[in-house]
Amino acid sequence: MATTLKPVDAVIVGFGWTGAILGQQLCDAGLDVVALERGPWRDTATDWATTFAQDELRYMWRHHLFQNVTYDTLTIRNNTGQDALPMRRLGSFLLGTGVGSGGVHWNGQIWRFLPSDFQAKSHNAQRYGKKAVTDYDLTVQDWGITYEELEPHYDKFDKLCGTSGKAGNLKGQIQPGGNPFEGPRSDEYPTPPMAQTYGPTLFGQAAANMGYHPFPHPSGNLSQPYVNPLGCQIGECTYCGFCEKFGCGNYSKASPQTTVLPYLMRKPNFLLRTESEVLRIETTADKKMATGVTYVDSSGQEYFQPAGMVILSAYILHNVRLLLLSGIGGQPYDPKTGEGVVGKNYAYQTTSSVNLFFDDKLINPFIGAGSHATVIDEFNGDNFDHAGLGFIGGGYIGGMITGGRPIEMIYTPQGTPAWGLEWKKAAAKNYLRSFALSIHGACMSHRGNYLDLDPTYRDAFGRPMLRMTFDFTDNEHKMSDYLTAKAAGVAKAMNPREIKVNGRKGSWSVVPYQTTHNTGGAIMGDNPKASVVNKYLQLWDVPNVFSMGAGAYPQNAGYNPTGTLAALAYHSADAIKAQYLKAPGPLVQA
Amino acid sequence: MRRALALAAVLALGTAGIAAGQDQSRAPSAPAFSPFNLLSRPVPPGQAQLERGRQLAIQGDCAACHTRDGGEAMAGGLGMNTPFGVIYTPNLTPDAQTGIGQWTPDQFYRAMHEGKDPQGRFLYPAFPYVYFTQISRADSDAILAYLKTVPAVNYTPPANRMPFPFNIRALVWGWNLLFFRVHDFQPDPSKSAEWNRGAFLVTGPGHCAQCHTPSNILGANETGKPFRGGYLDNWLAPDLTANSRTGLGGWSQGEIVEYLKTGRNPRAQAGGPMAEVVSYSTSLMSDADLNAIAAYLKSVPASPGATAASPDPGAMKRGGEIFSDACASCHLEAGKGQPRFFPPLGGDNASQQANPGSVIHFILAGGRTASTQSRPSPLTMPSFAWKLTDQQIADVATYVRNSWGNSAASVSAHDVARLRGKLKLGTSPPTANSGDRG
Repeated sequence: MATTLKPVDAVIVGFGWTGAILGQQLCDAGLDVVALERGPWRDTATDWATTFAQDELRYMWRHHLFQNVTYDTLTIRNNTGQDALPMRRLGSFLLGTGVGSGGVHWNGQIWRFLPSDFQAKSHNAQRYGKKAVTDYDLTVQDWGITYEELEPHYDKFDKLCGTSGKAGNLKGQIQPGGNPFEGPRSDEYPTPPMAQTYGPTLFGQAAANMGYHPFPHPSGNLSQPYVNPLGCQIGECTYCGFCEKFGCGNYSKASPQTTVLPYLMRKPNFLLRTESEVLRIETTADKKMATGVTYVDSSGQEYFQPAGMVILSAYILHNVRLLLLSGIGGQPYDPKTGEGVVGKNYAYQTTSSVNLFFDDKLINPFIGAGSHATVIDEFNGDNFDHAGLGFIGGGYIGGMITGGRPIEMIYTPQGTPAWGLEWKKAAAKNYLRSFALSIHGACMSHRGNYLDLDPTYRDAFGRPMLRMTFDFTDNEHKMSDYLTAKAAGVAKAMNPREIKVNGRKGSWSVVPYQTTHNTGGAIMGDNPKASVVNKYLQLWDVPNVFSMGAGAYPQNAGYNPTGTLAALAYHSADAIKAQYLKAPGPLVQA
Repeated sequence: MRRALALAAVLALGTAGIAAGQDQSRAPSAPAFSPFNLLSRPVPPGQAQLERGRQLAIQGDCAACHTRDGGEAMAGGLGMNTPFGVIYTPNLTPDAQTGIGQWTPDQFYRAMHEGKDPQGRFLYPAFPYVYFTQISRADSDAILAYLKTVPAVNYTPPANRMPFPFNIRALVWGWNLLFFRVHDFQPDPSKSAEWNRGAFLVTGPGHCAQCHTPSNILGANETGKPFRGGYLDNWLAPDLTANSRTGLGGWSQGEIVEYLKTGRNPRAQAGGPMAEVVSYSTSLMSDADLNAIAAYLKSVPASPGATAASPDPGAMKRGGEIFSDACASCHLEAGKGQPRFFPPLGGDNASQQANPGSVIHFILAGGRTASTQSRPSPLTMPSFAWKLTDQQIADVATYVRNSWGNSAASVSAHDVARLRGKLKLGTSPPTANSGDRG
């Protein structure tokens, strides 16, 4: 029997980036807010101080900050013809947990999607014909929101983080040194770009010689100290090379801990309960309104937290699962009929890489940072003509050095054994003289890729696990092959001794790490038949529930997802404050 | 706020049925009301005496000592480590049994002005009546009136742990005879109103000299050495005089104000016990009062300069290498720091105090910058106790105290070992790897 707690105006489920942003926005509007986080409290000095933050074995290989899959996991299969099995080790993606969650151990890559990305269906259909968006059983959709609507919110997130970069398009004026393909920005980046070390510099020179437009990667690892509008302070990055999979001991990576929490935790109308896992969203009998959430604490005690609003701000896989477990958000998606919405259009990211090995150049890869890269965007989104290519979408190509970590990041040439004397010789010879180009490709949505509840496997609380059914389609393979070949072209132009091309081949495998950019399943759109939430991330069927995060993406673009999900969160918060609180109810009429 | 109320009304309708059956007994405990939330909460409009009392409670920094770690604001229970034993601060909330709910204005004024409790017993001078004696009767009444409005907490602090003979309160009679003079604040008519306001705040409610003036063997201020830096509870409260190396001689009035208001300025950051002073007291004061404090402090005559013997070149070489390895990621090479984020160490007065106690303390235990309304980030230096040996800490401290124009006495491994022992800081890592998962 759950203990019923004092009602609050809003309950926040999951306390990473979007939970922190919504918490700050709603508390500043005067609401009483309780946030529930399943993981522990975490902060810089206690959990990743500079004295022990750079511990690759602990954080990367022993998964210190990630979800413990022996307690909770999901099941995986490539297609409906297979039996899904539980993911018993983290691999392809690294699920976060704890306060700050993925916002703690991300790379700090802060991108905006292209204006055309938000019209993936209509734009591509118009330019390349209807078949282009339905080939390979693609189920791409428009987002129901435009870049122009999101721009002020992208800008807010840049100012929250202090993003380091160089604008390429300021109010429609193309700026030298920036990304000429980006949508118009209302303002320059808050801080200048990071310094580029030798590897990214060589990439930029080769790319420019080939007629491309290289620019510094926009970065949440800051080039200089910054005070954000909340008064929170983010320090200067020291290029230690321990960003992704690690917390930043120097306060120099934008995270909920560095940008929001110092401000939010002081508020008397904000309360955070850690080690509190939400089991389900409770609703009225007619399922038209949420009444709050039921959660369980670490001692097994259950509580009902009544709330006027429920903000789902857990990771996308958990948000979608909570919708399915609570029976809200619309009908579960059925890949046979194509009907239903919850779990629909799960997508991912299509990554590949090209290693370069030099004889005469010392790259010193241990000088790195999560977003330390020089990038070209010629082959992203619809920045290039796809006519006759047989795919839509694209990605950026970056000469990127996130670090030279001693276990994960020792590159050896093609044909080197994976261990033993020959490996040691190759590692010693190449460590200082190698780095990689990253190809970060989009992933379109596909009729057979979706999320639902597993019929067999249950978690410690007896709830069905989430089941992921996913594979790369021919669209992704063709796109990735095209992009990887372009990257290899730049790599050769850099005159290395040799290169090694790591293309994305065959079916998706959950084993090797690729990226933690899972998207979709609670997608946004302009009507309830095709989407779970409206443009304000409000559930069509239960208007006092808002579902944040990349779950809202109808398909994934060729950029890292965090900037866009943060902008969507600010956009949602604005609508809640300006419209919903005055007249609670649907913000868009179905 | 109105929106929130409207929403709450909607909510109440939706959950009325459940609310009726609420069982709060098993609810997770609510967190304690923080001193910041208490002191920044406005008093009801038109209550001039309460507002005056709130301001004085801020100026007196009552909350820093009268709030234990994780405890309710003003409910006391913080153990103060004096050279004579541990004194636990009393409960200042208006609880009738355990707090000051039954105190009369006469009794309260006697405590503030004369250092005696309602029964006429001597209070220990850890309670700064030596300074509070200057607070007027009207101000004392205002403080009591304000304290009676804070949330009452039924809480009895632990008994003091004072070894014989310091547990004999009557001994304080003799101490008072030697070191305490009951008096009111006397303005200096030759000085400006701002200076006089600053003098009152610094020497009265602010009781700055309690830490910042050197103490004699009986814990009283040494005569003739005002604000030349004191050592208390294993911290060195730095020189506040016009000495340009160890004191505030190089600081502008504006820099002093910024430090007290935000907890940081381009030269220094408030850490250690000063972080609480800034969080719960100075950051909540008016700009006029902070300027007055700064004006007064800028008038304090310089302490005599001390010359330190040249440091051992070997210690400097080793210390420099440790600095690059362990310190430069925040304080940057050449100790230039990131002003207002991680303090510059070249020219830093706190690093150059004759007594290296705070430098060693910060390296051993770490430190957290004050969190304030305008600059809430509690930027933190981690503990190096587990990572560096006593000799390594001594070497890097010597290096910092003698580099980039700095000059101060060398630090020995023995100094470090002694403080490590007092702080009970071992050498094992703060968190073990054993809990990690494969």
